[in-house]
Amino acid sequence: MSFGWTGSVKTWQRFETVSLILAGISTPLVLSVHTIVSMDFATSLEPGWHTTIFPPYFVAGAIFSGFAMVQTLLLVARKVLGLENYITMFHIESMNKIIILTGSIVGVAYLTEFFIAWYSGVEYEQYAFINRATGPYWWAYWSMMSCNVISPQLFWVKKWRTSVAFSWVLSIVVNIGMWFERFVIIVTSLHRDYIPSSWAMFQPTWVEVSIFIGSIGVFFTLFLLFIRVLPSVAMAEVKLLLKSSSEQAKLELINGGHMDASQVEFYKEAITKFDSIDMSDYADKGNKKDNKKDKHE
Amino acid sequence: MSSTKFILGLFDDPDDMMNGIHQLQQNSVPIYDVYSPMPIHGIEAKLGIKDSRLGYAAFMFGCTGGTVAFSMLYYMLVHDWPQNIGGKPHFAIPDFVPITFEWTVLFTAFGMVATFFYATHLFPGRTPRVMDLRATNDRFVIAIDAKGNTPHADITKILKEAGAVEVKHNDRKYVSYE
Repeated sequence: MSFGWTGSVKTWQRFETVSLILAGISTPLVLSVHTIVSMDFATSLEPGWHTTIFPPYFVAGAIFSGFAMVQTLLLVARKVLGLENYITMFHIESMNKIIILTGSIVGVAYLTEFFIAWYSGVEYEQYAFINRATGPYWWAYWSMMSCNVISPQLFWVKKWRTSVAFSWVLSIVVNIGMWFERFVIIVTSLHRDYIPSSWAMFQPTWVEVSIFIGSIGVFFTLFLLFIRVLPSVAMAEVKLLLKSSSEQAKLELINGGHMDASQVEFYKEAITKFDSIDMSDYADKGNKKDNKKDKHE
Repeated sequence: MSSTKFILGLFDDPDDMMNGIHQLQQNSVPIYDVYSPMPIHGIEAKLGIKDSRLGYAAFMFGCTGGTVAFSMLYYMLVHDWPQNIGGKPHFAIPDFVPITFEWTVLFTAFGMVATFFYATHLFPGRTPRVMDLRATNDRFVIAIDAKGNTPHADITKILKEAGAVEVKHNDRKYVSYE
């Protein structure tokens, strides 16, 4: 299982090189994958698909839905596996901030599509977008709009953004919204194309419904297998962090008088905000100089 | 003649272990290897270990991937079976970019990880060759080849003074299998 891992100096050195390069090549790969998927739509002449905004719009949407999905799984896994001290409110709040940002980018992209449809003067584009918002699939469009654009804006309220229950519910709302985005792009664009003879309403067959449910099942099977068989948190990284930036390590630094008084104040404020730590250890650790004097005396 | 093969200094803190390495080097004791449960930054420079060359390997794999993909696309779409798609040129380089890029990434990732496994002797089911079982858990281990490094008592003393929580004199190199 461990492949014969020994943890020698050379092993760790190579391991870190591999991690760095893999991270480096997968970042542009993410951009490339979503750009190309969106260009597959854009190269068709279908109204509603044939737009140049698709690549950045899909990349932002991918980050948006990715963060929401991670949030959905993570908040449950954190609770079940007891990882509250590893995945703190700081991480959850930071992720929620990314969700606001990318949700807003996606919102701007939706509005830009409308603007360009009007500004281009192309009747087919204009029809496609008016039909999206007011046609037979108006409910899908407005579900998408409210789930993806309006609801993430609730995260501007700090109290909601730092609530685990609220974050979890909202992350599911975002997942539903992103599912509706795909539905809107594919179904509403195809149900009214250039040839009125091919106009139709979409009725999913049992095969399509099964594929949808099955894909969710496959995903959860793989996810649960992963956290069952492999470490859900990278232990070596946690050890590295414990040494450098754990509460104990920082307390040691403060006790040794290695930290600036203002930094100590900031740190104390941060741990009261994001953690539940017994603050009595820190009671008299506000001033670096006093500390040193105490020790010498 | 003692039967000790390896002397292990076990530390519970990487800073103490770095101090141990320093003390051993001051006393000209050669270090066989260091085993730790986490990467320790700066240890390569201390032990005089050269930078990993995996980056160059990865670059070469990337170049190979890019070249293979581009040549294959050229051979298939331009040379062997050119198709007329709306009168557009057969040798449409922009269309080749995504696949060339993806093959570059694929070859880099697979090639580099395979090289890493090969060079580090890692593969599924391999018997771990571990000098101390706690080296992958919570101990930072400095291993010293006992042969030629005498007297052993001095090495033990240096390690103890540097803050080793335990010093082992092992008769076997690896303790992880019979």
